[in-house]
Amino acid sequence: MNRKIFDAVLKGPSWLVTALAIFLALLVGALLILVSDPEVPGKFGYFFAAPGDALSSSWHAVAAAYGAMLKGAIFDPGTAGSVTEAFRPISETITEAIPLIFGGLSIGLAFRAGLFNIGGQGQLIAGAICACYAGFTLHVPGVLALPAAIIAGIAGGAAYGGLVGWLKAATGAHEVIVTIMLNYVAYLLLGYLIASDAFRDPNNPQPVSKPVLPQARLPHLAGDSLRVNAGLLLAIAAVGFAWWLLNRSTLGFELRTVGANQSAARTAGMSVGRTQIMAMLLAGGLMGLVGVSQVLGTANANNALTQQIDAGLGFTAITVALLGRASPVGTVLAALLFGALDAGGRAMQASAGVSIEIVTVIQSLIVLFVAAPPLIRAIFRLRGENGGTNTLAAKGWNG
Amino acid sequence: MERLRRHLAAGSMIVIGLFAIVAFGLGSRTGHGAKAAFGFDYLGKSSIHLPDLTVPAGPAAIGLGALCVTFGVLRLARPALQTWAIAGFLACLVAAFLTWGTAGQSLAFTGLLNATLLAAVPLVLGSLCGLLCERSGIINVAIEGQFLVGACASAYVGSVSGSLWAGLIAGCLAGALLGALLAVFANRYLVGQVVLGVVLNVFAAGLTGFLYERLLQADPNHRNKALTFADIRIPGLASLPVVGPVLFDQNIIFYLAVLLIAAVQIGLFHTRWGLRTRAVGEHPTAAETVGIRVLATRYRNVIMAGLISGLGGVWMTLGSGAPFGKDMAAGQGFIALAALIFGRWSPLGSLSAALLFGFAQGISISLQPLNTPVPTAFLSMTPYLATIFAVAGLVGHVRAPAAEGIPYVKA
Repeated sequence: MNRKIFDAVLKGPSWLVTALAIFLALLVGALLILVSDPEVPGKFGYFFAAPGDALSSSWHAVAAAYGAMLKGAIFDPGTAGSVTEAFRPISETITEAIPLIFGGLSIGLAFRAGLFNIGGQGQLIAGAICACYAGFTLHVPGVLALPAAIIAGIAGGAAYGGLVGWLKAATGAHEVIVTIMLNYVAYLLLGYLIASDAFRDPNNPQPVSKPVLPQARLPHLAGDSLRVNAGLLLAIAAVGFAWWLLNRSTLGFELRTVGANQSAARTAGMSVGRTQIMAMLLAGGLMGLVGVSQVLGTANANNALTQQIDAGLGFTAITVALLGRASPVGTVLAALLFGALDAGGRAMQASAGVSIEIVTVIQSLIVLFVAAPPLIRAIFRLRGENGGTNTLAAKGWNG
Repeated sequence: MERLRRHLAAGSMIVIGLFAIVAFGLGSRTGHGAKAAFGFDYLGKSSIHLPDLTVPAGPAAIGLGALCVTFGVLRLARPALQTWAIAGFLACLVAAFLTWGTAGQSLAFTGLLNATLLAAVPLVLGSLCGLLCERSGIINVAIEGQFLVGACASAYVGSVSGSLWAGLIAGCLAGALLGALLAVFANRYLVGQVVLGVVLNVFAAGLTGFLYERLLQADPNHRNKALTFADIRIPGLASLPVVGPVLFDQNIIFYLAVLLIAAVQIGLFHTRWGLRTRAVGEHPTAAETVGIRVLATRYRNVIMAGLISGLGGVWMTLGSGAPFGKDMAAGQGFIALAALIFGRWSPLGSLSAALLFGFAQGISISLQPLNTPVPTAFLSMTPYLATIFAVAGLVGHVRAPAAEGIPYVKA
């Protein structure tokens, strides 16, 4: 059982299955766009009288939506005149991918240690609160303000995640339940704080925190008009760190051993509880970086805490980690794909009027299909091993 | 080590009890002879009237705090009685807190009971769903998602068709459909079930969010109305004080939930179906050997369970008179899951756990109008924190069905 998790993480399905899974998910998405379109379903009412009418309007609805998505995520031919404008979609995709990289690494790291961290929402909110507080209170010189705020964010997320690891190690409380509950606690705490005197911006009618000082914001990398910022460098560093940790360090070895087989780890003299706490501290710290990149970076124009600061990233991160099979490199690729879907989704909502929620549906379907290679093989009549391997797993309540 | 832990636990109970005496009994809120009144009439619904219970807040809180300390001492002195000591400690602590919160004012006690039961309904339905799944060996973490699709479908169909019953049926079917998806991916494609459940939750949240924005909110007056089943008053019983309006003057979904608890309790432990379900959940190979069809049992149970959690979603819209809202389940599917674990995989156990979590929610609702110094946000955290304490307090006491989470592959 545990061995399977380990195997599955190492042996991914072939790239073809992944590509077909993406295609299938987009197909279901297109179906949803059609069903919910204000006009198309009516035209199918007289399908047999004028099939061309229904088909062409379907085509137009889907092409408009997915075309807008492509333009918003990769390249818009209409902007070829200006270099900045031509790079805008790529910049948006990378900007959306940065928090997903941190988040995917966080979930993946915990996954390797046999822990299913669905408390990303809470940990990133804790990180954002700490980073923001440091960001608007510490009047220190510019070079120190940003690192201080980043470290505060990491510490906040790590503390919140470590709490889960400690509860798991000390009492055996299952991390899935505990993390979900802590998500709501963090959400309510955030609501309380941004309305409190310590945080609230007196000049804003909405309950929003004071803005982060300019020297504590993540600087833009490619001019002020493109949103891509120094979070990218942090993300690259985080990927390198996660890779080194998992593949080259003693702690990483312990993490993987505990994740693969707790009894074996215990027999080998490793402390399972301590390793679980370390894993959750690290996972929480990485989630804290999601909060950092939100509040010091791109969540809103004046770099302030709002009730929506999490943007659902804690949950998207789970799908990223699953698609990336919990490996740092896979996570980067998955984050770029989902970042592109998110960036494209916003363009689609703006220009084709299709709600961005569809992106969540597509993302979850991709993960679902990738988890079931036999399904994809059956649909596309592919040959290949049909023995269903347990591709993604987490332990039940007894473990 | 074990002794040290016991001393630590008992010691902290005593300290918390002393804190309760100081904070709740000797503070300014309960000073100056303030009285706390607990009302037993609820919206004038019962015909037999009971007088309010009025107590001097300060002395009552001090007495309850002292009882907390006593229970701490009891735990230290008589380890055999520790379960009773903890239960008594918690009851007295909550009572002391309520007395303090009510000081100088009046708390509608029957209203608190009513809020508790209403909050417990979706939790009970959700944990019954989880129970049917897990007893047959499938872990269902997607209860939250089933609530969402159930709520969304029932609000839409109920509004468009104008028939509440059509809405109810649609909601249940939507829950069952998500259950079927869970069953197929778990049984046929052997996907890890906890992960699968979480992905299905994301899927359900995205799908209902998408439909909400593009379909329901495009024309809320026709597609997302606030509809509600009328209360059914059971003659005679409903006139009883306190329990009458709370238990016997509710809508049809409430009664359905009560019936379902009884049905699952009896069905699981006293029928052939129940025995087979439990056999499949504990030892599928043995069950297969005696001719029970393991996968068929699992499919049937998970889909039936989906109908029940779909009903939980219907409760959130048609049962509570609210239109559908994005992410309206707000983690209740997960609290239901915790109630299932806390209730040790039995229907009556889940019911008690759901009532406990419902009470935490009821307190946070009932105390908000009383202007306690505790901020609303912290009161709203109560059910979530109670869940964490409950799950953490179980310290290795739970034993899930032995075969759950392990895909069954016929040899």
